[in-house]
Amino acid sequence: MLKFITDVLSVPAILVGIISMIGLIALKKSGPDILKGTVKTILGFLILGGGAGIVVGALSSFGIMFQHGFSINGVVPHNEAIVAMALKTYGTQTALIMAFGMVANVLIARFTPLKYIFLTGHHTFYMACMIAAILGAGGMSGVSLVAVGAVVLGFIMAFFPAIAQPTMRKITGTDDVAFGHFSTLGYVLSAWIGSLVGNKEKTTEDINFPQGLSFLRDSSLSISLVMAILYLIVAFASGQGFVEKELSSGQHFLVFAIIQAITFAGGVYVILAGVRLVLAEIVPAFTGIATSLVPNAKPALDCPVVYPYAPNAVLIGFLSSFAGGVIGMIVLLIMDKSMPGLPIILPGVVPHFFCGSTAGVFGNATGGLRGAVFGAFAQGLLITFLPVLLMPVLGSLGFANTTFSDADFGAVGILLGHVLNLFGQ
Amino acid sequence: MKILVCCGSGLGSSFMIEMNIKKVLKEINVEATVDHSDLSSASGIKADIYVGTRDIASQLTSLGGKVISLNSMIDMKELKEKLVAALQG
Repeated sequence: MLKFITDVLSVPAILVGIISMIGLIALKKSGPDILKGTVKTILGFLILGGGAGIVVGALSSFGIMFQHGFSINGVVPHNEAIVAMALKTYGTQTALIMAFGMVANVLIARFTPLKYIFLTGHHTFYMACMIAAILGAGGMSGVSLVAVGAVVLGFIMAFFPAIAQPTMRKITGTDDVAFGHFSTLGYVLSAWIGSLVGNKEKTTEDINFPQGLSFLRDSSLSISLVMAILYLIVAFASGQGFVEKELSSGQHFLVFAIIQAITFAGGVYVILAGVRLVLAEIVPAFTGIATSLVPNAKPALDCPVVYPYAPNAVLIGFLSSFAGGVIGMIVLLIMDKSMPGLPIILPGVVPHFFCGSTAGVFGNATGGLRGAVFGAFAQGLLITFLPVLLMPVLGSLGFANTTFSDADFGAVGILLGHVLNLFGQ
Repeated sequence: MKILVCCGSGLGSSFMIEMNIKKVLKEINVEATVDHSDLSSASGIKADIYVGTRDIASQLTSLGGKVISLNSMIDMKELKEKLVAALQG
């Protein structure tokens, strides 16, 4: 019987189901609703694992082609892909850190001046996963891993919205809403650069910027297109003979490249569907409980909350950040000559879209058009170089062909990893 | 009656708007199913009303339902006005 209970609790899918069930009971839902919500959460977690399989398959052929074509290690940062892989090892720890991290966030908001409740559930989930992986790679385990992880998560859930708030006030014109998306350091950097170089009177919204690119907001589509370009480049670099002999079992190498690129997008799509199911009950429960326990706290919301305030800055920020990612990659390629083994961080379309766009809006708020352009460019460089330093502290996950993309993941991960190293020695 | 809220990856902001819509529906005593999704999936989901912020609302117009374009994700007053108008019209 004891074996049965410990086995049940060590299956991460069931554990997140139980967390969601506790939330549903706390919200006094009906029996059928509790059952439905719990089962759907478990289903979501299992779907996530399936998506990971698809993504890993597509990425490994990318990695092999990149390695063969350029003799270096190419990495496409993508949160969903790395999280889905990491959950295979750190699923239980992630679920527990997430649950107790949310409790810690509520306590911090209740008893300290950091009055922010972080409501972007998928980022809480991803951050919990990264913290679990880094603490695990640093040699921690069991209760101490979960306890330290939850305190760190709870703290950063309140801390990052706090440092974004001065610019958020400028963007939204109110102090009621906060900003919760873990690439905050990039946005604060963008806002700071905007205030140095720009003039906020000359805003992006006064120019007539073509909105034709807005179809790229459809993330499955933009992942497919940009990954297709990257896959085609590596397929050409490694050569038709190599691809058809080693990877595609005879399929034409360009067909193979395009299908693998869109398969990657398909894997991400499946992971997103899983994440959506996992969070469907947990986020409303957390929102309801947190806002009733800490009524004066500010809700910190996902990055698109700022997009309607400056739609031009959104597109300009994306392009400028992507340019920063390309330049950063070229710099890494040059540095690799003297530092062999350095991973080459390729510009991932999802981080540059969401983080770049948001950096554009932040830069515009402090420095107008120039602020949006230069601020987003700087954030594009930042999210290219942070993963290079993050990968060594991720343990075996650091050898994947993908990694965590957004700035706060990089900064928190690097800091945690090095603190653990200090204690380890 | 089905209402679908969309955003870029269908995770964060569409979810927040969905929760706000549910709040408004309760307030005005209307029964409806509310769900959220990413833009790709939206084309395969039949709904009576599609909701998005103004920067993506143009992508929802060809889906065959009414479209609510929000200027702000956080303005409950705007959301309520536009929702009531869409439900009546």
